[in-house]
Amino acid sequence: MSLFSIVLMEFNPIKPDLGLILWTVVIFAIFWLLIAKTAFKPIANALKKREEDIQGALDEAKKAKEEMSNLKAANEKLLAEAREERAKMLKEAKETKNKIVTEAKQAAKDEAAKVMNQASLDIENQKKAAMMEVKNEIGAIALSIAEKVIRKELAGNSEQESFVNSLVDDVKLN
Amino acid sequence: MSRNIYSALLIFVAMMVSTLAFSGNQQHDHDGHDHSGHSHDQDGHDDDTKTADHDGHGHGDHGHTNSCGIEMEHGPYSPGAAAFHHISDQNIYNIGPWHIPLPCIMYIHGQGLDVFSSGRFAADAHGVGRKAYNKFVLFEGLASRVIDPSFPEGEVELGDHNVYALPEMINGKENEVVYVCYNGKSWKTESRSTLDGGVFGGGLTTFTDFSITKNVMSMLIILLFGFFLFRGIAKSYVAREGMAPKGTQGFMEPIFLFIQDEVCKPFLGHKWEKFQPFIMALFFFILFLNLFGQIPFFGGSNVTGSLSVTFVLAILTFLVVNLNGNKHYWEHVLWMPGVPGWVKIFVLTLVEVMGLFIKPLTLMLRLFGNITAGHMIITIFVGLIFVFGKSGENVPGSIGAIFGSTVLTLFMMAIELLVAFIQAFVFAILTASYIGAATEEAHH
Repeated sequence: MSLFSIVLMEFNPIKPDLGLILWTVVIFAIFWLLIAKTAFKPIANALKKREEDIQGALDEAKKAKEEMSNLKAANEKLLAEAREERAKMLKEAKETKNKIVTEAKQAAKDEAAKVMNQASLDIENQKKAAMMEVKNEIGAIALSIAEKVIRKELAGNSEQESFVNSLVDDVKLN
Repeated sequence: MSRNIYSALLIFVAMMVSTLAFSGNQQHDHDGHDHSGHSHDQDGHDDDTKTADHDGHGHGDHGHTNSCGIEMEHGPYSPGAAAFHHISDQNIYNIGPWHIPLPCIMYIHGQGLDVFSSGRFAADAHGVGRKAYNKFVLFEGLASRVIDPSFPEGEVELGDHNVYALPEMINGKENEVVYVCYNGKSWKTESRSTLDGGVFGGGLTTFTDFSITKNVMSMLIILLFGFFLFRGIAKSYVAREGMAPKGTQGFMEPIFLFIQDEVCKPFLGHKWEKFQPFIMALFFFILFLNLFGQIPFFGGSNVTGSLSVTFVLAILTFLVVNLNGNKHYWEHVLWMPGVPGWVKIFVLTLVEVMGLFIKPLTLMLRLFGNITAGHMIITIFVGLIFVFGKSGENVPGSIGAIFGSTVLTLFMMAIELLVAFIQAFVFAILTASYIGAATEEAHH
């Protein structure tokens, strides 16, 4: 018996069987339509939605990152400006300080000089006044002495002499 | 680590195969009737001449003689015949030692429907019925009907070995005819109608079998499995919206996305959403059935290896492709632009129109051939044990063959696993490309 006749004899999978064909049509149609409706489409939609969500999230993250970097650049610019401003302000303050100090020193110096001048002037004046007074006093004393001497001369020599001596002593005491 | 797993697996499979081998041998010793039941093959040469003369058939030394005096011969084991038997559709479902009865829905031409359970046949270990019911008998899991109208209706006790097959010449072709021995007389039966018109040895008979056969049952199981699996996944997409996939959802998502992104989107263009359910349904239906048929000792149903099933899938593809074909597509099929008129008339249109039918035909045959071949090779590799063991006479030989057969079967099963995915994928991608070609917009 050839292999071919064995095939004919026993090989029922190759014989188209109306019952099996009919059942396959029914079952596959149910499989297709039912599962397509209850599962394949919802799954595909869910996957699509998730894909969109993920893409959206990625895009958003990218955008946020970009914004962040923009913000950072702006911040840095601002910071640099602030730093510059500060440096400028510090410099100005220093200058002002120096100016004020210099001015104050100058003023103090001037004032001091003025005071000194005034003081020396005052001293000079006082000195002059004192000298004048001394001169006047000495003049008065000399006059009084002279007066007394003259009076003594009128009374005797010796007396005059002792008197002058006593006067001189008095002067010395002064 | 992985090496340990592999060696454990190898030992496990060796044990499984050896139990099968020994139980097979026991059965042979027990009823002297080999598992394949096609022992007639070897002496078929001299049977050519004595076609219907089955009475002078028994002359062996061993085996049983039934009540009609027909010798149930015990010839050498034929792995080819066993393979054919194992991949055939049946009216009972075998899981290990259990025979699960299936509903028989028989349409008797001119009489109407007859619905009953195949449990009424009281099948033995080989799927041979011990009872007849309404003229139907069971041989090797398949129901056939007694032709003679005088055979009694209703349940008829037949006893063991009284349903048997003999080779016969029908229309110049050798065929197997099932006989029933009842009341000391042999009654000829005929098998269900097939649509091949006698080309493959079938043809129109007195009844058509609309039963829930093993293949139909497998498809129903896959339908329910697919429905609950995908509905569960769809639900978890709703319940876990905006969250990472998990569990079954996480397992199926890469497969789903692979078909969607690698098959549907590139081939179907912007219309992919319309045809995506069809491609998905094809892919998962074929994949699940391929894988289901490979579960060892779970019936091993050969659904996608049945021409009827792949025929339906191919016809549906043909309809979806051609009903959605646009003007551009039909123009290219019938009157290709830019080609001289005589070329179109004599060559191109002819070839294109033939192509319309050849495409689904190749889809049908490719899937059928791959799955059937895989199932047969595995069955034959297991059958090597019986061949080397000389059907129980040479036990050391069969023990040696167990190890060789285990390695070969394991290897073949690994390949089959690959083929299950590849064939489902190929069917889906080719369908997608045909639909894509039919719905493509003109761009010139």
